Amino acid sequence: MKRQKRGVPEGLWQRCPGCQNVIFRKEAERRLNICPECEHHFYVSAQERIRQVLDEGTFEEWDQALVPTDPLEFKDRKKRYSERLQAEQLRTGLSDAAVTGAGMIRARRVAFGVTDSAFIMGSMGSVVGERLTRLIERAGREQLPLIIISGSGGGARMHEGILSLMQMAKVSAALAQYDQLGGLFISVLTNPTMGGVAASFASLGDLVLAEPKALIGFAGPRTIKNTIHIELPKGFQTSEFLLEHGFVDRIVTRQRLKSEIAQLIDYCGK
Amino acid sequence: MDSKRSLSFEQPIHELQQRIDLLQENEPDSADRTEEIRNLKRQLATVTEQVFKNLSAWQTVEVARHEKRPHTADYLRLVCDEFVELHGDRNFGDDQAIRSGFAKIEQYKVMMIGHQKGRTYKERSACYFGCAHPEGYRKAMAKMQLAAKYQIPVVTLIDTPGAYPGIGAEERGQAWVIAENMYEMSRLRTPIICVVIGEGGSGGALGLGVGDRIAMLEHSYYSVISPEGCAGILWKSHEFKETAAEALRFTSANLKRLGVIDDIIEEPLGGAHQDHQQTSLSLKEYLVRVLRDLVPRSMDEIIASRYEKFRRMGVFLEDPASVNPPEQGSA
Repeated sequence: MKRQKRGVPEGLWQRCPGCQNVIFRKEAERRLNICPECEHHFYVSAQERIRQVLDEGTFEEWDQALVPTDPLEFKDRKKRYSERLQAEQLRTGLSDAAVTGAGMIRARRVAFGVTDSAFIMGSMGSVVGERLTRLIERAGREQLPLIIISGSGGGARMHEGILSLMQMAKVSAALAQYDQLGGLFISVLTNPTMGGVAASFASLGDLVLAEPKALIGFAGPRTIKNTIHIELPKGFQTSEFLLEHGFVDRIVTRQRLKSEIAQLIDYCGK
Repeated sequence: MDSKRSLSFEQPIHELQQRIDLLQENEPDSADRTEEIRNLKRQLATVTEQVFKNLSAWQTVEVARHEKRPHTADYLRLVCDEFVELHGDRNFGDDQAIRSGFAKIEQYKVMMIGHQKGRTYKERSACYFGCAHPEGYRKAMAKMQLAAKYQIPVVTLIDTPGAYPGIGAEERGQAWVIAENMYEMSRLRTPIICVVIGEGGSGGALGLGVGDRIAMLEHSYYSVISPEGCAGILWKSHEFKETAAEALRFTSANLKRLGVIDDIIEEPLGGAHQDHQQTSLSLKEYLVRVLRDLVPRSMDEIIASRYEKFRRMGVFLEDPASVNPPEQGSA
């Protein structure tokens, strides 16, 4: 049996992982992919995210011409990385896990990036790192506010080895430079934001917002459990946990995300 | 070398050494014996060289984790002419997994910061086997900022399996502190030299890893994930750690080829654990050479080339025919 990809609903009905209720898919879609029963936030694709956050028809994509390659000639148990890339590209319609560009949020022009957790877990390899770095640099040159919405369970992408790890440093350095130019960076954390993505651009926002109940953290819950051999507390590594410990400015529901971003831009505008 | 402590591929080296030791103990003065010992020693050098010139990726990991390999504490003693330890992150505590302090290396004053793994069981537990908590990364940043205030160059010694994965670490923002360290190191106004001395484990290594020169000791490794972790995820079993180690291409020679590190510091024959003195001497010579090069430069030039250095990292393809929408003139 073909395993259904996590978070990508198929068919007319689906079971909500939050409340276990069976819900009508169309109904959830109408509500920005939020469960009508329990407000659980389902996965949304990069394209869908652009539709939800940016004003209709205003998105222009940048650096589409960048495509990933297989510098290490990496091959795991099942397939070569080059084959995996092709399969993921076909399945998602994306060339890699990040989409970047510019658009309007309630008539305010912004530089906008989003990572899609469906493409190799939304992990960051050279193309994701390069697209984000160019986005940040151009946001600095054009004096645009910068919005990056992360959905990355995979962190730094193993298949590109050390080159992926170095993207964390590259993107962070670009953000430091952008900061020095006085740029405003709003980072939005969604389910899941882990590992090398959490430990680089995602946590470096002047403002850090999170969708409710998203899994956010450095080490994966399984790794932690295997290290310390005790049960993890309930609600560990959720948005609410991070808010409580002081790492997130606001938890924002998907319905309010667009207006809150617009509002925050106005507070920090010149 | 104690046989119990030697790695499996070190066996032939160890056996030769034992024979030499035995001969030297019994009748060391007879002419025949002297000749035999000389022959064996020659053989020992050849065998050691053969083994260590052809280490597999996994064997490199074993050498990098060797329990007798010199740690930060050893280099603080053997490389620095003076060391004044500074503790604490002024926020939560004093992480034993990070050592930091002022030091003198020949004519240079520096801020030394390094991961510490510990040698005895007690030491190793106290510093979680070199896995730092958020307070460790904050401690490192606090000392770096102090150094920058007085234009004292920073030297970081990287040796960690990774940042600690635990409840407290997550509660105190492990992801946040690693990101902040990279962010601040990228613009810290003093020269930074980073040396991977053993294990360069992922984000935990990178949290001390942004600088003007990045070097590795010959038999250390620097990777996005541990070979066991990678095997567990992509091969569904830790059994494949050797295959994963090979696939990740994380040895010093590979990283030099990929342009991720600037220099490789050669280790004594048989690995750093065979001769702490000699390894320290090589490290010291390297640091002095780089300090001599960096210290006279202007800070603006250093910061700009540090940015460029990391800006270039990554491998991808780009269709030259495709053009971006034009940029809008800034106000």
